[in-house]
Amino acid sequence: MSAFGHQRLAVLSLCLAVWLLARQAPATELPAPERRSGYDFMSRETRAMQDDDTANPGMLWVKDGEALWNTKAGEASLACSDCHGDARVSMKGVAARYPAIDAALARPVTLEQRINICRTGQQKAPAFALEGANLLALSAYLGRQSRGLPIEVVIDEHGKPFFEAGREIFYRRQGQLNLSCAECHEDHWDKRLAGNPVTQANPTGYPLYRLEWQGLGSLERRLRNCLAGTRTQVYDFGSPEFVDLELFLMWRARGMKIETPAVRP
Amino acid sequence: MAIPLAFARDRRATRAMAVAMAILFLVAPGAAEAGDDNALPVSLTGSTGDPVRGRAIVVNRRVGLCLLCHSGPFPEERFQGDLAPDLGGVGGRLSEGQLRLRMVDSSRINPTTIMPAYYRTEGLTRVAPGYQGKPILTAAQIEDVVSFLLTLRK
Repeated sequence: MSAFGHQRLAVLSLCLAVWLLARQAPATELPAPERRSGYDFMSRETRAMQDDDTANPGMLWVKDGEALWNTKAGEASLACSDCHGDARVSMKGVAARYPAIDAALARPVTLEQRINICRTGQQKAPAFALEGANLLALSAYLGRQSRGLPIEVVIDEHGKPFFEAGREIFYRRQGQLNLSCAECHEDHWDKRLAGNPVTQANPTGYPLYRLEWQGLGSLERRLRNCLAGTRTQVYDFGSPEFVDLELFLMWRARGMKIETPAVRP
Repeated sequence: MAIPLAFARDRRATRAMAVAMAILFLVAPGAAEAGDDNALPVSLTGSTGDPVRGRAIVVNRRVGLCLLCHSGPFPEERFQGDLAPDLGGVGGRLSEGQLRLRMVDSSRINPTTIMPAYYRTEGLTRVAPGYQGKPILTAAQIEDVVSFLLTLRK
């Protein structure tokens, strides 16, 4: 091997060493004490709107959800409450654990998808439209039962491949603007995009009332906004990619308290 | 619940790899011959752009998108970003060719930049249907913006 060959080998070895060292480096993930909810970036007025149930517009959907919970539906003529009883007891902490693995589907499902599985399977009723008023109302009602409780999604051996897929999406540059979620929400969360706080993308309050929407929306609706903003092909509501990404995002926000129904600008 | 903490490190590894590759190319003889000036001195259209049109592109949040991340001397624009350097005085700091290269493909200067490449269509993933195969700005628009940025001397 020539002297030049040795030199190049040395440089390649150096590269390999740097790469291996980098793999050993601590995660760039924010440590728990530095994790912040979108709430922390909001104005005093918007916080007050979220904090006061009589001023929080999301509570209108919660009320609708409560009514749906107690309404018989489908060929089975069953209400959610016929099996699950008082949601304030039986549904406490449930939303904080979604997405969760559905045994029959052998993959994670969102809370919205879980509601529809119950509707078609138990109530023998047609599934609610994803992002429709009924499903938003029921998921807001269920989410409300976890308000103040810590997010604790479970990533076990079954969930891990889906979690990894979600993580891959979070760190992947995409769209015409060629940005990953992480580029903004991990590396620049304390900055402002056109005057608005970037935030850390911790999904603590979904479904939530967004003043910009003048309505309630799911995390997937918010994700679609971000994808459209970076000129990326959006995923359909309920698509496996979205569920995987939600699983990763909820894991990333683990320990943070559920705020549903949150209010955001 | 047994996911260890070390998931986010691959991107850091990618960056370290990029740095290592840069070192490799600096060391390897003959690797740095083509246009290594950190600049694209030649106009994309063969002519000089119009700074007045360039300013309109820069402040337009749906066309130039610049003020989403940058701020600058645009008193009529209320909401500007702070993710990227202030554009004030950029025409004094960078040459025409340096500005052009940063517009065309900033990643050729800094592989980890968040600035999109405004005149590149390859190497992108999942581009939305309406934008596939199209650069963010046309060659003429880039020349207009470059001409305008050169006027920002203080």
